[in-house]
Amino acid sequence: MNDPQKILYIAGLSKSFGKLQVLSDISFSVERGETICLLGPSGSGKSTLLRCINWLERPNAGRIYLNGSEIGVTGHGLVMKDSELSKLRTRMGMVFQHFALWPHLTVLQNVMEAPVQVQKRAKAEVEAEALALLAKVGLSDKRDVFPARLSGGQKQRVGIARALAMKPDVLLFDEPTSALDPELVGEVLLVMRALASEGMTMVIVTHEMAFARDVASRILFLDQGRLIESGTPADFFTRPQTERARLFIQRYAGVAAA
Amino acid sequence: MIHDFLVVWSERGLLLSGLANTTILSVLSAIMALALGIILVPGLMSKRKAIAAAMRFFVDGMRCVPFLLFAYIVYYGLPSLGLRFDNWSSGLLALTIYNAAYMAEILRGAWVAQPREPIEAGSAFGFSDFLLFRRIILPPLLLNVSPIIGNQMIQIIKDSAFLTIIALPELTHAASSIQSRHYVPFAAFISAVLLYWGLCLLVEAGVSVVGRVAEARR
Repeated sequence: MNDPQKILYIAGLSKSFGKLQVLSDISFSVERGETICLLGPSGSGKSTLLRCINWLERPNAGRIYLNGSEIGVTGHGLVMKDSELSKLRTRMGMVFQHFALWPHLTVLQNVMEAPVQVQKRAKAEVEAEALALLAKVGLSDKRDVFPARLSGGQKQRVGIARALAMKPDVLLFDEPTSALDPELVGEVLLVMRALASEGMTMVIVTHEMAFARDVASRILFLDQGRLIESGTPADFFTRPQTERARLFIQRYAGVAAA
Repeated sequence: MIHDFLVVWSERGLLLSGLANTTILSVLSAIMALALGIILVPGLMSKRKAIAAAMRFFVDGMRCVPFLLFAYIVYYGLPSLGLRFDNWSSGLLALTIYNAAYMAEILRGAWVAQPREPIEAGSAFGFSDFLLFRRIILPPLLLNVSPIIGNQMIQIIKDSAFLTIIALPELTHAASSIQSRHYVPFAAFISAVLLYWGLCLLVEAGVSVVGRVAEARR
């Protein structure tokens, strides 16, 4: 777990909501620069797994390390105080299915908010970086607009810029295109492709099979809360090891071929 | 009738000083009640059951007491516990505490109705505790509740009329003095009503300004 190449190291993660076991004994690690796509049928626990990584959901068992620091639990085995947990969370950017932009802040303010307020960085410096990020996601002209005036695709690109502004070690994407009209999906995936090619470390929960096949360095396949396959897209899509994965790919085959 | 209004006009100094006092009283207590409400609402929403229950007890208790009775308790009742305030402080205190409960409840209702994701995004981006409340939760809350806060402010203005019973020289007290001095009840009270109405129109204007700010963000 102290391997500097390993950004994320997850061991034995389990989560249940009451009697419902959502995740069982999940273990994997993510290396610097990898793009991991988490695939699986609805209800397989993908989003919960992602939300456990930054402790938006508190796991029932297992350990999570970010660059060697354990998340959620102190050296004495106690649950972290919110303020300690917050420090670690600033090193993981998150992009939400429903964008989750802050409605009272403009696009530029959304991007600057966490670096200035949480990371306490100098405003002028953050602003320059935020403007560069907005240019990168193609939204320079929207800097002073409130999120309510943006299309879904634009909102999600702001969401990505907001996550990047924290200079995180890893970006977590929770079904970033699921809430978008089909014609707006492309512009978001384009930004994500660019990030992958720049070597950003990303963990992406998605149903975009073509994207996963082209961009992922590794596919993790979840079924009923268990991680049952892990491999390169070429292996996963052409030689799935399990019947569950084979059925899943078959069902999405039309989409993947598109 | 014209004569009666001329009598009231001749006493306009008294009436306007009553209006000024009503305005000061209402504005100050509304600001303080809102501030107290903002302090109380995280308690109402607290995951710690004891804190939430204590806050709930205060808020529900206040909302079930008639304001007139509460003003009596503060002005006449508290001195027997050794707490003595003059009529100004009593009036301000009563209005503030009474309405803080309403403000807290208004904010709580809006908080519950707020979409969960932006707040969750706040947590995910490292906001916690007070910073999360101040930067992420509170601002959209205040924008969303501004019409209801305005409504409560109008309630405060009207409730302040009860404070005439503790001899606070506010607008109703002034109108009452004019009518008893000159026996022009209709003219005196109608004048007061018009002034209250004007005050409420100002509040509504303020609400619509905040409303426009909020609309741009919806």
